[in-house]
Amino acid sequence: MKFRSRSYAAFAISNNVFLSLLGLICILPLIHVLAVSFSSRAAATANIVNFWPVGFTLDAYAKTLDNEKFLTAMWIGAERTILGTIISMAVITMASYSLSKTSIRFPGRQVYTWIFVFTMLFSGGLIPSYIVISKLHLLDTIWSLVLPGAVSVWNMILMLNFFRTIPQDLEEAAYIDGAGHLRVLWSVYLPVSMPSIATLSLFTMVSHWNSWFDGVIYMSKPEGYPLASYLHSMIVSDNLSRIGVSAESIANFSNRTVKAAQIFIGALPILLVYPFLQKYFVKGIVLGSVKS
Amino acid sequence: MASYWRKTWPFHLLVLPALILCIIFQYIPLFGVVIAFQDYQPWLGIKKSAWVGLTHFRTLFEYPDSKQVIWNTLIIASFKLVINLFVPIVFALLLNEIVKTYFKRILQTLVYLPHFLSWVILGGIMIDILSTDGGIVNRVINAFGGQSIFFLGDGQWFRLTVIISDVWKEFGFSAIIFLATLVGINPALYEAAEIDGATRWQQVIHISVPLIMPIVIVVATLSLGRILDAGFDQILNLYNPLVYSHGDIIDTFVYRVGLNNGQFSFGTAVGLFKSVIGFILIIISYRLAYKLANYRIF
Repeated sequence: MKFRSRSYAAFAISNNVFLSLLGLICILPLIHVLAVSFSSRAAATANIVNFWPVGFTLDAYAKTLDNEKFLTAMWIGAERTILGTIISMAVITMASYSLSKTSIRFPGRQVYTWIFVFTMLFSGGLIPSYIVISKLHLLDTIWSLVLPGAVSVWNMILMLNFFRTIPQDLEEAAYIDGAGHLRVLWSVYLPVSMPSIATLSLFTMVSHWNSWFDGVIYMSKPEGYPLASYLHSMIVSDNLSRIGVSAESIANFSNRTVKAAQIFIGALPILLVYPFLQKYFVKGIVLGSVKS
Repeated sequence: MASYWRKTWPFHLLVLPALILCIIFQYIPLFGVVIAFQDYQPWLGIKKSAWVGLTHFRTLFEYPDSKQVIWNTLIIASFKLVINLFVPIVFALLLNEIVKTYFKRILQTLVYLPHFLSWVILGGIMIDILSTDGGIVNRVINAFGGQSIFFLGDGQWFRLTVIISDVWKEFGFSAIIFLATLVGINPALYEAAEIDGATRWQQVIHISVPLIMPIVIVVATLSLGRILDAGFDQILNLYNPLVYSHGDIIDTFVYRVGLNNGQFSFGTAVGLFKSVIGFILIIISYRLAYKLANYRIF
């Protein structure tokens, strides 16, 4: 396509400039915090750091990684992310296999589908869920972070829609060879759907790593907080008394460079998987639009 | 019947783990909402707590605080709804005019990123950059001769900050669906229009816009169903006692009053009120989306 008119050329240039600015606005806050985290404490306090470190030092990172509580929280965060993703994906994959069958082959699938979909529409709310989890004695255990959100109905719908696109012939050939349903799921469905399982796993991992609220309410002691909850109480609500640190370390940790370093470390795993995420969701959407 | 089970038991078995988790963590709490009609005391439990009927709901509508909370929710959520619809559409249309693929890809990489960062991270970043004590945003304002603004400590500014930052976080990601639709438009339509002498602007108005309209309607109606979700995660990470009057929304109120202050029953009543209204709104919005644009989730 070519548009030779002068007014379009003017538009194209201003459009480029405008969109570049918009792109920069999305990334500059992060770059600023990164710059602060590598700056000397004096420079940060004097507010002279913009988008490049002033008085470069790794002090803030050394302090952060020296903090045992931070490391514990990071470990719990990783643990819930891995455990949560495995459980959630296993449960969802199995259920989607059954629900992707037609009503003729699996009469009753409608009932199950509605049971799951209803939970997307109506929930008992925060306090009843809290009471159930406390009655089950799951408070202060990793299971309170992993199990309640394991059945993501939205992911289940995506997965079963994908399973429906798998050619019937593949499956029937396996049945003729004497394979049972578990066998078909494992050796036919899973290998074929690796890309979509990978995509959903990545999204599940991101949401686990990012969730903080469940940690704050289900863990009575800050020692059980995953990293996101720890960061929430540390940086955002500045609730230092709950974290249980002494006055002198408050002075240490509340300093801007250390906070910035903690924020950046918290964001790092997401930044690392982001290229993969982007590749998958862009591809997924392109596929979707080609299909429709 | 026996043959039904013999044929389908593997299917039931495979659904079972998901079903059990769903019943324990979604359906059993549904019965827990009865405490909204009780004066629930944790040490007495549901069976022994006294019944109080609709008292908590009456309190909800009479208590000035809760009216303020409902108002805050509606105002923040409706501004977000409208702006979060228009900005992504305009952005998608503008991005669609970029010819160079690599430039387009760089832009997309930048604008999708904030969507994946949590509000804990972004809240931490915002508290730093919006601080009145030398935050970079206020430094820029000062450099242009303006007074420092207490973005997170002044009620009116707080609401604005919440709305703008939400748009900032989500506009790129929300634009994906419009972009995909724009990319899918048959180029022959534009070529035909060009032969007929249409300018690029006319092509956008008469081809691109009408063709993304159905998906715009779907997105708009579906977001109507979430008008009571004003951004729990976000507000809990940004607010402080100074802005409770302007920034407290239904969800944060339930958390603060219900869990933190231990008023379990009242908190549950407020939550139930929200769930019921939300349920009705979602049903209406899905019906509308189906009627207007023939959209179904599955």
